Amino acid sequence: MALRAIASRKTLAALGSGLRAQARLATTAAAAAASRGLVTFSLPDLPYDYGALEPAVSAEIMQLHHQKHHQSYVTNYNKALEQLEDAVARDDAPAVVKLQSAIKFNGGGHINHSIFWKNLAPIHEGGGEPPKGSLGWAIDADFGSWEAFVQKMNAEGAALQGSGWVWLGLDKEFKKLVVETTANQDPLVTKGANLVPLIGIDVWEHAYYLQYKNAKPDYLKNIWKVIDWKYASEVYEKECR
Amino acid sequence: MATATVAATAPLSNGFLLRRGPNEGAKSARSLQRTKNQRQSASSRRFGAAVITAKFDLKPPPYPLNALEPHMSANTLSFHWGKHHRAYVDNLNKQIVGTELEAKSLEDIVIQTYNDGDLLPPFNNAAQIWNHDFFWESMKPGGGGKPSGELLKLIERDFGSFEKLCEELRAAAATQFGSGWAWLAFNPRPSDGKELLVVKSPNAVNPLVLGYIPLLTIDVWEHAYYLDYQNRRPDYISIFMEKLVSWDAVSAKLEVAKAQAA
Repeated sequence: MALRAIASRKTLAALGSGLRAQARLATTAAAAAASRGLVTFSLPDLPYDYGALEPAVSAEIMQLHHQKHHQSYVTNYNKALEQLEDAVARDDAPAVVKLQSAIKFNGGGHINHSIFWKNLAPIHEGGGEPPKGSLGWAIDADFGSWEAFVQKMNAEGAALQGSGWVWLGLDKEFKKLVVETTANQDPLVTKGANLVPLIGIDVWEHAYYLQYKNAKPDYLKNIWKVIDWKYASEVYEKECR
Repeated sequence: MATATVAATAPLSNGFLLRRGPNEGAKSARSLQRTKNQRQSASSRRFGAAVITAKFDLKPPPYPLNALEPHMSANTLSFHWGKHHRAYVDNLNKQIVGTELEAKSLEDIVIQTYNDGDLLPPFNNAAQIWNHDFFWESMKPGGGGKPSGELLKLIERDFGSFEKLCEELRAAAATQFGSGWAWLAFNPRPSDGKELLVVKSPNAVNPLVLGYIPLLTIDVWEHAYYLDYQNRRPDYISIFMEKLVSWDAVSAKLEVAKAQAA
């Protein structure tokens, strides 16, 4: 868990372990909870240095975003789940219901950011390269062209009021690609049970403000230089088999 | 009570219009001034076309942009007021050209485009202009301290103590998920006798649309604090309460609210 404080080069292997890391015990609180049989989540390591996405996204933003914002979602998600377990154990239905917004917000924050880190890569590791293969063809088919797709993502992201995310998703029932937005930390599935997130772009102000200030459209234009399609392609191919 | 003013303005037809009545028209000094400042800008009069374009102006804060240093930096004000607030004004002006909203006051546009929660496109810009005007007025250089007089009396009556109010306000500001605002507001028709209440609202929503009269606000959109405090929203909230809040402004707004409700 403290691994994230070391700004050393992280391998792609850590990418896969990120999800498994969720089940790993990382803190005293987590250890205590786990000794009661409660699953806890932990902050996944980034598979690249904080500065590796510059100049598209600054190191300062990456570090705050990962170490503070995402960590806070993880911590509060774990807290909410523990409180949920207690509420269920004592049959406190009002308390169970009251906890739902904290679970959705913090759990959603953890889910969304975990995907986001996998959607990014340094340029020398493939970041910025449009997708090839079946996902690349699907984008052409469903949006007309790569340019039209990017334009749609950026338009939706720019138009989103308040905090939220813009997504490329796969409707796995119809095998169609869609561009969707969600508010706050709502995961994509809240827009449709059949929607699988492929690419998510965080348009909360914390994702860009220190660098781009109010110029959200500039952030959206630049982040494509470090958007990586390996994860998205894997998920797409698996769902469309 | 509010029938005359209401009929002249928004077409909404539900119960809370009655509570909203005191806010409108020429009754309150505050809204009069706001209407005066916000309604007409002669700069957009066009000859020959016989069209008068009512435009809103970007109202400056009641202090220089560096006056809230070091608690809220001039850098933040230059972006928050100079870019964000300005963009809301520019964009609303573009949106209302050629529509019936052109002739209305800012508050009327906010209420009308709130549309009972089914937000119409101009709502975001209109409400955010209103909210930011109000936010600058909620602060002052050398702010903080404690309220006094009638305001303190009401706070102690409705919250138990000033400390309890601060606790509630801080909690509301800290737990507003995503973007939004925390408010101290006046309820002209409280069912439980408590006229003061703390409200939190998402994005551009404000207590006006809920039928309350705002007294104080703190902006908790990330752009309000990120340059100075980064992710540390609780620190920003503390500094706001300890060093920035203008209880004088709150007292003045309370006086107006009580006069309207009487």
